[in-house]
Amino acid sequence: MPTTKNLYGRRLTGYAIATAIVLTASIALAFFYAPIEVDQGFSQKIFYIHVPLAIVTLGGFIFGGIFGIQYLRSGDTRHDLRSYTAIHQGLIFCIGALITGSIWAKAAWGQWWVWDEPTLVSFLIVFLLYCTYQPLRFSIEDPERQARYAAVFAVVAGVFVPVNFIAVRLASPLIHPRVLGSSGGSLPNDMRIAFYSALLGITLLFITICKYEMASKHSRAQMAALRRSLSEESDEPAAIRTAAPRIAIK
Amino acid sequence: MSNTLPPNTGYVAAAYLVFLFILLIYIVIMAIRAARVERELAELLTKADQRNSGGTPAETSSQ
Repeated sequence: MPTTKNLYGRRLTGYAIATAIVLTASIALAFFYAPIEVDQGFSQKIFYIHVPLAIVTLGGFIFGGIFGIQYLRSGDTRHDLRSYTAIHQGLIFCIGALITGSIWAKAAWGQWWVWDEPTLVSFLIVFLLYCTYQPLRFSIEDPERQARYAAVFAVVAGVFVPVNFIAVRLASPLIHPRVLGSSGGSLPNDMRIAFYSALLGITLLFITICKYEMASKHSRAQMAALRRSLSEESDEPAAIRTAAPRIAIK
Repeated sequence: MSNTLPPNTGYVAAAYLVFLFILLIYIVIMAIRAARVERELAELLTKADQRNSGGTPAETSSQ
């Protein structure tokens, strides 16, 4: 019988509770504590959801690359799963950042999208780049090759993310504001508190969802191993092609 | 106290609702997966019970 280990679900409850508390508090701070910005008015409240989503997205992609390096160095499939999950969730958060950003653009600038703006276009390029990650994985049948190629992709694309970020910051902004700068983005203290709590809340949400996703994938792999051990047939059923990493249960 | 909403309230509400909607979609997908795992686990438990009671699944089903 396969041994069952709680590898990914540890401290999940704690993270989930912390996420619920911090996220709720940060939304309350954004609406009831942070002042209304003079130039943009009430629409600036979108800032407290859009910017943390964008930052956590880019962080997730970078962590995907770091786990990719760890996989290439060790060959441990757990790192492949971590890399996959970070990129997968990063992509979902990226969609959230793009949609909320587009709504904010419409409210503030009167346009859903501005093609001349380097920040917007570069973020879209990063999104489109990572959109190819799942098809890449799905196109490779052999699990070992799939994990290796995906790790190489995660590393190369993960390096591209900070390079792209620096290049955009060096470019002259047209209308998109710079949030985190040496001057602290010129945010007043009460806005800064609301912003950092929102950033913490979204980061906790990302970690909780990643841990939940990994625990869920691990339980399904454990169940598949249990089914195989209980099955009368000695032949292993043919593996279904999937983009998700295959977890080895010892 | 003024009863009028500040301008652009609709856009702010839309942005936060999009975030909530994505989160809800994720919860729904995860709930479907959890239900599937529970169902498969029940099947495996039945199989394990049959095995422990000494009869093969085929024998038990023919009874």
